Amino acid sequence: MRHLIPPFDWQRVLVQPWMEDFSITVWIVLMGFFVTAACGLVGNYLVLRRMALVGDAISHSILPGLVVAFLLFKHVSVWVSFAGALAAAALTVVLIEFIHKQSRVKPDSAICITFTTLFALGVVLMSMLETKGAIHIDAECVLYGEIAFVSLEPPAVWNGWELGPPSVLRMAAVLAAVALAIFVFYKELLVTAFDAGLAKSLGMRVGVWHYGLMGALAIVVVSAFESVGAILAVAMLIVPPMFAGQLSDRLSARLGLTVLHAALSALIGLHLSVWLNCSAAGAMVVAAALLFVAVWPASPIGKLLRPSLRGEAPIFPGCPAGSRGQRVRDP
Amino acid sequence: MRRLLPFGVLALAFLVSDAAQAARINELSDSTMLERATRFFTFQDPSLRNALSGSMLLGVCCGLMGAFLVVRKLALMGDALSHAVLPGVALGFLWNMTKDPVSIFIGATIAGLLGAGTVQLIRDTTRHKEDAALGFVLASFFGVGICLFTMIQNIPGGNKSGLDKFLFGQAAALSQGDVLLLASVTVLVIGAILVFYKEYALTSFDTGFARSLGMPVQFFHFSLILLLAFAIVASLQAVGVVLVSAMLVIPAAAAFLLTDRLGMMLLLSAVFGLCAGGMGAFFSFVGRNLPTGPFMVLAAAVVFVGALFFGPRHGIVSRLWRQRSRSVRIRRENTLKAIYHVIEDNEFRTETISVRELAERRRETLEDARRQLASVRRAGFVTISGDGVSFTPHGWQRACEIVRNHRLWELYLTHAAHIAADHVHEDAEAIEHVLGGETVRQLEKRLNYARRDPHGKLIPGVEDIRLGRVAKPSSRATGFGAERLH
Repeated sequence: MRHLIPPFDWQRVLVQPWMEDFSITVWIVLMGFFVTAACGLVGNYLVLRRMALVGDAISHSILPGLVVAFLLFKHVSVWVSFAGALAAAALTVVLIEFIHKQSRVKPDSAICITFTTLFALGVVLMSMLETKGAIHIDAECVLYGEIAFVSLEPPAVWNGWELGPPSVLRMAAVLAAVALAIFVFYKELLVTAFDAGLAKSLGMRVGVWHYGLMGALAIVVVSAFESVGAILAVAMLIVPPMFAGQLSDRLSARLGLTVLHAALSALIGLHLSVWLNCSAAGAMVVAAALLFVAVWPASPIGKLLRPSLRGEAPIFPGCPAGSRGQRVRDP
Repeated sequence: MRRLLPFGVLALAFLVSDAAQAARINELSDSTMLERATRFFTFQDPSLRNALSGSMLLGVCCGLMGAFLVVRKLALMGDALSHAVLPGVALGFLWNMTKDPVSIFIGATIAGLLGAGTVQLIRDTTRHKEDAALGFVLASFFGVGICLFTMIQNIPGGNKSGLDKFLFGQAAALSQGDVLLLASVTVLVIGAILVFYKEYALTSFDTGFARSLGMPVQFFHFSLILLLAFAIVASLQAVGVVLVSAMLVIPAAAAFLLTDRLGMMLLLSAVFGLCAGGMGAFFSFVGRNLPTGPFMVLAAAVVFVGALFFGPRHGIVSRLWRQRSRSVRIRRENTLKAIYHVIEDNEFRTETISVRELAERRRETLEDARRQLASVRRAGFVTISGDGVSFTPHGWQRACEIVRNHRLWELYLTHAAHIAADHVHEDAEAIEHVLGGETVRQLEKRLNYARRDPHGKLIPGVEDIRLGRVAKPSSRATGFGAERLH
């Protein structure tokens, strides 16, 4: 127990990563930032739509998609994984809807049944392939990934320039695409997230936006999958929007705060992992969660401190502005 | 392998074919699939006895707890808690650097309760909704757990800790102590349910009523969460953190589809869990140390899919069948009504109408009319001789009932709801097939046994239907069927 937490040596923890191991550190931090920011941006809309756990479901059920795609195409490549993951994500969404529309099973049970079954199918397929020696996928890698491996990849070269590890570049492209999509379709995404009825009355195709969001989610999660694993991708989807939601009411500000939170948690996570000598992805999730805990009571819009700070009674919903803190009586 | 892909979803097909292939490959090695299966069923290995009894106990215990999760809509709470116990497992291991079931159990239970408390706290003190709170607890606790696991692997003696078995579960790794733990948790769960059955049932279905009776609703909620944490922690070793929630929810959801009574649901859910646990242990043993959890989950999923499609009352197939038979009945009744209308237009002078008259009335082709008539005849409502169609007494009665329902409803809408007479037809057209006898009697009473609908047509009365005739006070004709019966 005593050897578990090494002494905090600020030279080793804070300086060394940026001096001697710079080329490793920078890619890990960048990768962590890209993954957290891309997941967090998409996650904002999930949390607003109260679909946070659909993200959980999709990130689990991608596994059989990857394995089946490998079986079909007999090789591992980015596009094959993308196709498999997208198909699995679509299947998940459709199955969840099928189960809870066609039977009396509640949506929460439907989510749980769908993704655990698909995940189990994925693990079974994987372990069978492994017994035959056809493929070696580390089961634990599926769950928590290994972000430190990015610095070991041979760097992509373009016109004689060394650009960096391909997976980091890919993640950067995904982040850029997500950010661009949010910028271009900001209004549509906003309206469909907050008021589907209004969106429908404005002539928007709510279903199209819903499935578009699911598609973006699948792409983001499958790209995050190999570096942070299935379950930590869920953290990246949910924790940054929750952090941002504590600090702001406005969606645009929340999106900005999400990116800030991503940068902070990647950086803090890295140093945490160097100090404690543990998984970098896990440490980034811990850092992200700690950041949320830090802003939890400080929230200006949360319910925690407001009544006591202002000396007001909690406001009843629907209470007129002038009558704050007073008992509302029937006229 | 490509050959097998069409069966991708049918996990069992996979298992069977794979077992066959593997048997061929492994013929030279120590034992074949068949031998291993024989060994499984003769229970020779003590470790197998542990694995099997552990898995089955797990199925019972998770099945019982899961029934409450499903009816309380807490399925995802099970998921969140099962991930949240991971740091507790690591800390329990660190306590004395062994996989001592008791210390791991205590650590994991504490972590699970902390997770449940955090969900409650986030929900109460922030504006985040339950799903975000559950996701936060699930992911951040799991992240802490992963950090601790990797830290343990890096310290001396931690590498061979076997903690990775907690991720996917390995029933073969169950020790006597683990099985005893599972057994005691199962006994505790069964005992709690037997003692507090009424309270749990009431707080699950009607919290408001339970509170009005002065029941400590919160106490029962948290005792369930505590039992849930026990069940999850005890099951970890066999099924793994990721898939415990599946064993909680899937058997219970299958039971939920099959019955409407909580007691029956608990029983079915426990039985399904038991079978799934047994199957999981079997495949894991036969397949040479494959992870147990996924096989259990797939076995449970097969049961669920069966219940989803073939459940007697809520199954998809039986519902489609009911829908189909209802639409057949409605089509038949519409044909009967059309025949009645034709006879009525003839002022009840004839008993037999021609197919052509019916087709003209319904504005359809002769073929369509014939097809409809054939269906109605199969049900015994009409007799067809050549081109003439006439009612059987039974058919006449049914036709009168439908027409009466229609016209009574029209009259009711114009009288009671003050809807214009030309707007009531559509509504009556839909409801005439579903009005029951009791409702019809009430309608008649409210309408003072009226004999005319808003359009001035006759409403055939109860007496007329019972006697098989239509009395027309204004006309000398005694109506169809009167001659036949008298």
